[in-house]
Amino acid sequence: MSNQIASVSKEEKKLVFGKPDALNDEKFSYCPGCHHGIINRLIAEAIDELGIRETTVGTAPVGCSVFLYEWFDIDVVQPAHGRVSAVATGMKRARPDLTVFAYQGDGDFASIGTNNSVHAANRGENITVFFINNTLYGMTGGEMAPTTLIDQKTTTTPGGRKAEDFGYPIKMSEMLSKLDGPTYITRQAVYDVKTIKRAKKAIKKGFRNQLEGKGYSLIEFLSACPINWGLDPVEAIDRIKEEVEQVYPLGDILDRTAGEKE
Amino acid sequence: MKEYSTVISGFGGQGVILAGKIIARTGMELGLEVTWLPSYGPEMRGGTANCTAIVSSELIGSPIVDNPSALIAMNPPSLNKFGNVVQQGGLVVSNSALIESPSVNNHVELIEVPLNTIANEIGNTKVINMVALGSWARFTDGIDLDDLMNGMELTLTDLGKEKFVDVNRAALEKGYNFVD
Amino acid sequence: MGNKQLMRGNEAIAESAIRAGCRNYFAYPITPQAELLQWMATHMPEEDNGTFLQAESEIGAVNMVYGAASTGERAMTSSSSPGISLKQEGISYLAGSDLPAVIVNIMRGGPGLGNIQPAQGDYFQATKGGGHGDYQLLTLAPSTVPEAAQLTYEAFDLADEYRTPVMVLADGMIGQMMEPVELPARKDLNELPSKPWATSGAKNRKPNVIKSFALGGDKLKAMSEERFTKYRVIERKEVRYEEIGVEGPDILVTAFGTVARIVKSTIRLGQEEGINIGLFRPITLWPFPGDRIDELSGKVDTVLTVEMNSGQMVEDIRLSVSKNINTPFYGEMAGCVPTPKGILEEVKKHV
Repeated sequence: MSNQIASVSKEEKKLVFGKPDALNDEKFSYCPGCHHGIINRLIAEAIDELGIRETTVGTAPVGCSVFLYEWFDIDVVQPAHGRVSAVATGMKRARPDLTVFAYQGDGDFASIGTNNSVHAANRGENITVFFINNTLYGMTGGEMAPTTLIDQKTTTTPGGRKAEDFGYPIKMSEMLSKLDGPTYITRQAVYDVKTIKRAKKAIKKGFRNQLEGKGYSLIEFLSACPINWGLDPVEAIDRIKEEVEQVYPLGDILDRTAGEKE
Repeated sequence: MKEYSTVISGFGGQGVILAGKIIARTGMELGLEVTWLPSYGPEMRGGTANCTAIVSSELIGSPIVDNPSALIAMNPPSLNKFGNVVQQGGLVVSNSALIESPSVNNHVELIEVPLNTIANEIGNTKVINMVALGSWARFTDGIDLDDLMNGMELTLTDLGKEKFVDVNRAALEKGYNFVD
Repeated sequence: MGNKQLMRGNEAIAESAIRAGCRNYFAYPITPQAELLQWMATHMPEEDNGTFLQAESEIGAVNMVYGAASTGERAMTSSSSPGISLKQEGISYLAGSDLPAVIVNIMRGGPGLGNIQPAQGDYFQATKGGGHGDYQLLTLAPSTVPEAAQLTYEAFDLADEYRTPVMVLADGMIGQMMEPVELPARKDLNELPSKPWATSGAKNRKPNVIKSFALGGDKLKAMSEERFTKYRVIERKEVRYEEIGVEGPDILVTAFGTVARIVKSTIRLGQEEGINIGLFRPITLWPFPGDRIDELSGKVDTVLTVEMNSGQMVEDIRLSVSKNINTPFYGEMAGCVPTPKGILEEVKKHV
């Protein structure tokens, strides 16, 4: 049977689904059930659909995010932990014709990088920021992140996060929406067809804002880290729906282009 | 006891780290010098998560070795990576349940043990590392099965996992007795 | 055997700090010192008044140490190379304010993000400034897990005695590996040195001010000269080293930390081939045991320095050796670890 299929010539087959050009042929090495893979792919598809592969430069710093340069077929810069917003600012100011995107985890965007993140948003830098929120530090061993939920166990909150010791899960997207600088802030997820479709729309909007010179776009993703959560991939999705979304609701938080024609 | 180094390698989740710690603990209880060093990099995700456990009656210099005395390979990538660097006359325990045609230098002693099959017989797939250790002990001078049982029990007790001692003991024994 | 426990370097360092009476630990996650942070997260809160806080960044952490130390409490932070770079301003401030503190660096490959393998590339950073201005950083370099525990324990006493920050300079190998350790005894907190200079509330005394700032005239110079008088005392009293087979060997090898440990295997291999190798191992990198290495070099033709970097301690060796002899360097950069055989091959080139 398989021999018959293999003998059909290539020209007769019509490719209906394949890897985006913005991704190279390397295999992702993300853990089973990690959502980085889905998000990476959606970003690559958006880049393809907008035809900007050759004029797009990504920045991804530290943690599981750092591997972006391994699979994207675009230029990538790897800054120090937390400094992505500053580096992206430098890149965009020097070459406004390039499309610059940032790809950061919770530690990068909301802990060590808060200073730079806030100010890039405040200045309304014309960049697109992808903030991957998995409520802990993955690569270094499952430590608490600013986004860790109350009572969540991590390797530095072995008894569960207590507000009186370590404060509350920080809501960066909501915080930044209070500034006059940013243009578009939204929170998405990628755990089923519906959320994936919405996430992709948001990503494209974030890129289009930049291409049209409309300013700072932030797309936060609720993402799964099954290994460090101690859950299997399906349980991890349930956790996002039942626990994480209660603290970090999905949807648009700020859209200063609302009402304009797309 | 002359310096004896063992590399244990496999997928994350095959119990590689624990097996190495048990060797180290066993050696320590026997009054030997011991070191245990894990690989802690991207290898953890690539199927060659490994650790090196060294026991010796003399002070141990380097905790990593180019040519270990023994290798326990739990999966094919591990045998590919380490199979040809084991010392002359050294020992390779290869998991025949996952590794079909092991290729090693012919100057080592190759022992093929179907770890997963034996573990299934005991009724707990998580003890493949203990089966492997049992087979390893069979061919290691200076550390016998009783010593290893003791080391295992102490290690698991410290980790609060006493309830697994019995099944691990069964696994060690099966591994030890599998090879004739 | 006795009271020995099998422990990772990272864990032994953390537990030793607690036993030394440290009740304040601030740090940020970074490989390869994760286990240090995790041990503190679990065990520090078990102590009375024990504070564990994962800071927002390494800069936050070192400044939290500055705060805790000002109030007279023992405090510690730990990180790895890139994070230690972030702490340099903080270390300069600690030194310039004469504050006791312990900073642990579990070195990894650099520069930049580098990799997470063991390295010794931060020797210059630790001993030749790192931070701005004129100061010295008392730097202890353990070579094994038990020594890392012991030196961390003593670091707190040294810091308090001299009112100065102290660095424990280890590497990813020591941090990650396990060895049997006999941990030091818990200190009685009531027997820790008193600190009348601390900003602990001006009750029945004149107010204290902790600062590194001294505008106008010769004030800063006076502060600095007093500090350097202190450093001269440290240089006289706190130099430490280890030496093996240094009476007329065929060659003298110098190394610190993990590399020195590996050289001990090389010595054994050398003996099998009839080569007599001596080892000189500085334990304090500052104050550097320059006088002793100068003395020992009088008995050999070659002093070979081996490091996991591009050649850093070798510069201090060359500065210290007054006789005109051969002072070659053998090193592995970027997180690669030299092997006992590799070092022996290098030795053979010079004997």
